[in-house]
Amino acid sequence: MTIQSETSTVETATGKAKTMVLNMGPQHPSTHGVLRILLELDGENVVKAIPDMGYLHTGIEKSCEDKTYSQAITLTDRIDYLNPLGNNLAYCLAVEKLLGIEVPKRAQYIRVLMVELQRVSSHLVWLGTHAIDLGAMSVFLYCFREREEILKIFEFVTGQRMMTSYIRIGGLALEPPTGYLQRVEKFVKMMPGRIDEYEELLTGNRIWIGRTKGVGYISADDAIALSMTGPTLRAAGVPYDNRKVFPYSSYEEFDFDVPTRTDSDCFARYMVRVAEMRESLKIIRQAMKKIPPEGPVRTDAPGIVPPEREKMKTEMEALIYHFKIFTEGFSPPPGEAFAAVESPRGELGVFVASDGSPKPLRVHFRAPSFINLQALPTLIEGKLIADVIACIGTIDIVLGEVDR
Amino acid sequence: MSENSNTNVVVERLRAWSPNAISEVIEFRGETTIVVPRNVLRDVAERCRGDKELRFNLLSDATCVDRYPLEPRFEVNYQLVSIPRSQRLCLQVRLSSGDPVVDSLVPVWPGANWLEREIFDLFGIRFNGHPDLRRILMPDDWEGHPLRKDFPVEGYRDIPSIATRYTRNRT
Repeated sequence: MTIQSETSTVETATGKAKTMVLNMGPQHPSTHGVLRILLELDGENVVKAIPDMGYLHTGIEKSCEDKTYSQAITLTDRIDYLNPLGNNLAYCLAVEKLLGIEVPKRAQYIRVLMVELQRVSSHLVWLGTHAIDLGAMSVFLYCFREREEILKIFEFVTGQRMMTSYIRIGGLALEPPTGYLQRVEKFVKMMPGRIDEYEELLTGNRIWIGRTKGVGYISADDAIALSMTGPTLRAAGVPYDNRKVFPYSSYEEFDFDVPTRTDSDCFARYMVRVAEMRESLKIIRQAMKKIPPEGPVRTDAPGIVPPEREKMKTEMEALIYHFKIFTEGFSPPPGEAFAAVESPRGELGVFVASDGSPKPLRVHFRAPSFINLQALPTLIEGKLIADVIACIGTIDIVLGEVDR
Repeated sequence: MSENSNTNVVVERLRAWSPNAISEVIEFRGETTIVVPRNVLRDVAERCRGDKELRFNLLSDATCVDRYPLEPRFEVNYQLVSIPRSQRLCLQVRLSSGDPVVDSLVPVWPGANWLEREIFDLFGIRFNGHPDLRRILMPDDWEGHPLRKDFPVEGYRDIPSIATRYTRNRT
């Protein structure tokens, strides 16, 4: 660290003599976890900002190398804990690419349905916490009320509220229970009205506009140069969305728009995310129509995908495969694969390298929060300290993903 | 196969520019990886970003693979995206264990800054010309590079168990 303690002075670019160093975090409530930012202040203006992280570093990538391909799925849940299904999907797509297997259409549509529900729930957490950071307490309570409904659906379908591990290599963990579509339907009917409510509370609110409009501007060229992706990039006017540009899991069959804005400030990012929630609901409605009532949710790949329970009881081969999958694992051919999905925060990429053994040689997560956070100094340097909080919120970081 | 013809454009453009730019092209599962000699990496990267027919303007990811005990031990992979042309490409450079140094790509894509810091932190690869090569995830005083294959999963440090700490406090 270049800035050591609260009293030290540092050379400034502007040449001003008296600056103060403020240590924001790691336990500051608006940093959404344990992010520390060293702020050099000239009065109320930020001269320099140095983000410092690693407080939540748990070595997930190293741990993945010590597990079989299937075992590592449970670790992916814990990277971005607001988007566990999206992480499962990205990891499974990468391993499926490595293995060269296809997933049945029914499983692909259910994956899309679940991931889009997850996107809505993640954006709800973002909206609620961002609003509470800027002083709008009630929005937080409403957002968490609706998120609870999504988590209840997850519990019903996957058995878990958060760490679902539902998407597995070659398909899904289990057949969704009877009546899950009715629950989703109920939610999808209720949600548009609720989004209108949030917008009524915020979009025309003068305090909200005052805190977000014109705050945290970054040009589209700078955003691309700093490798930003997701709503932050789309708010700068670049319609880069993996679901459209590099479709995966049958997204090319769905009809949806990629919301963009050109102002590239906190308000524009808020508008993009709210519009994305509505688009997600659109995708969910289409997915509900597309999912066939019956059909396999796992691909037929003996030795990779666990066999049906029924077959295990009657077929010798299935029993042997089951035993081998859960003791030894399976060995993909040597090679490297990179799969990217659009997570609520941006491009979530998973790089998997295999050396032909049952354990991955290397698993790397291209964490969108980590890379988007890189732009934080650009957003806040030269601005007021009160805007720092708005800017951290607007990037939508999840520290579990930043530190991995 | 439009994917392949697009890839050939990249390979042809780079070969036409300099015959030494590419040492190997790997095609695997629809992905293209171009292996680049270490000394021309930055030039190739600049070409990929600036060439009118390539325009890889977004550096999506950079990571490293440790193939210990094989040599060359390290592979540094850069995942590039061309937003205007909707294409992905992987640039790879191979480094030996004795001299794990490569030119930084921060001058080409400023977004490489933290990605290269992460690789330096976890693999111990040095990037020439990087403006701020410090550890990013591990503590500043950490010894070793944890994602190297010869670094044990459980670490080196001898941490006393909770039971011994408890008895020590009582006496």
